[in-house]
Amino acid sequence: MNRSRVGAIVLRILYLYRGSPQRVFPIFVFVAVDIVLWGFLTRYLNSVSRADFNFVPALLGAVLLWDFLTRVMQQLTMALFEDVWTRNFLNFFATPLRVSEYLAGLLIVAVTTSLLSLVAMLALAQIAFGLSFFAYGVALAPFLMVLFVTGIALGVTASALVLRLGPASEWLIWPIPMLISPFAGVFYPIAVLPRWMQAVAMVLPPSYVFEGMRAVGAGNPPPWDRLAIGGGLALVYLVLACMFFFAVYRSVIRTGLIARYSAETVS
Amino acid sequence: MDSPSPPAVLRVERLAKSFGDLQAVDGVSFHVAPGEIVGLVGPNGAGKTTTINMILGVLEPSAGRIEIEGVDLAVDRSRALSSTNFAAVYAPLPGNLTVEQNLRVFGMLYAVDNLSARVERLLAVYDLLRYRRTKAGLLSSGEQTRLSLAKAMLNRPRLLLLDEPTASIDPSNARDIRAGIAKFVDSGHCGVLWTSHNMYEVQAVCDRVLFLSHGRIVLEGDPKTLPEEHGAASLDDLFVNVAQEALHAGGAT
Repeated sequence: MNRSRVGAIVLRILYLYRGSPQRVFPIFVFVAVDIVLWGFLTRYLNSVSRADFNFVPALLGAVLLWDFLTRVMQQLTMALFEDVWTRNFLNFFATPLRVSEYLAGLLIVAVTTSLLSLVAMLALAQIAFGLSFFAYGVALAPFLMVLFVTGIALGVTASALVLRLGPASEWLIWPIPMLISPFAGVFYPIAVLPRWMQAVAMVLPPSYVFEGMRAVGAGNPPPWDRLAIGGGLALVYLVLACMFFFAVYRSVIRTGLIARYSAETVS
Repeated sequence: MDSPSPPAVLRVERLAKSFGDLQAVDGVSFHVAPGEIVGLVGPNGAGKTTTINMILGVLEPSAGRIEIEGVDLAVDRSRALSSTNFAAVYAPLPGNLTVEQNLRVFGMLYAVDNLSARVERLLAVYDLLRYRRTKAGLLSSGEQTRLSLAKAMLNRPRLLLLDEPTASIDPSNARDIRAGIAKFVDSGHCGVLWTSHNMYEVQAVCDRVLFLSHGRIVLEGDPKTLPEEHGAASLDDLFVNVAQEALHAGGAT
């Protein structure tokens, strides 16, 4: 892997961020809006609920973690879309750039911008609503890691779909986290789901994180064995996603789609 | 006994590409030597851009072999392309980056040594200094072409592929660009494969021309003598004859 070429992909995105504040906006502002919205909702629920239950970590914490996963996926896909919108694949892939270097560049961008988002989320949740993620203790690291790897796997898969199906597939990509969320038990225990949905939840890494988060919130020790399963699944999905991306790349090189990319869907 | 092959920056052997039933390129073989400008001409759909895309590694051949500087593209694509560059009217550089940013990003992709100095030099040579902080998408067609050519020169390529490089620019700019490329090639460092529909341009700059029709090379020779050898008044007329023959061979009415 050539560092100069990976750096070129990162630099391209940095230039775009530097030159257009509207690209920086979603990293912080949309996240803040989510925190404020759910923060006040949880405060309200705490005030009207008689049960001895704190909604702040259960709901706001869940929103924050789910936002993190979504952000990782979106940042990676957005970086690819910059090349889709400018029809830049021919320019890039007619250079010595390897597809693994291109993907590595996108990953670095996604990691950096997602971490910035995360810091903003944590700070705002702490300052405005008193939600300290450090209350999760050492379990916070694997929680974030599993969600992070899952977000990357989803982002790589989404990018492969865009590469294969064209720019119009954008509308298939953005709802992916929303489609997963009912099965992942973001806001409720997996046990409340019907049996078939529970079966789906078992193969989704985030479900292990949110179950773990609720366990820790209830004062139990982190379920390390369950988190290990979630982490293992996330890694498997990441490997499969990368294999899928490379297979799609080979396919678009074989068919010539990468050189004939148009502003609409390609078949 | 075969004569020894001339040294070539590009060697294409029995290159073929089919899309389903359509044979876009059909067993094409040619070479480009250092210091040589080879024109690749033919009617629309003849297979010129398909051939160029295969040489650029963005389209996989169905059969055949491409060697750049002796490196098999199929074996070590990255190394082969490090001594190649291209400019094409249909592949403008990202419009949301400035002129200078584009050159820096592509310079890093080619791992150009002393990149800052190289960028400054190319900005000056291609008269782009005053546009260095202008987004590429805001440039005129001629300025975008100059930027594409500056990008194409970043890595001092041994093989330069130019797909209709002067298609969207005025005659004065086109003449300057042709002169600049000819001067670069005269150093003997680089070989150029140049596609164009402008036969005057082909005759002016190319040392050799390949006529492509239905994915095959149907004529090859010196563009200055080829028309006479084939009973045509000019290269333009020869092109029309070849295109019409292609049309009839294709069964069009």
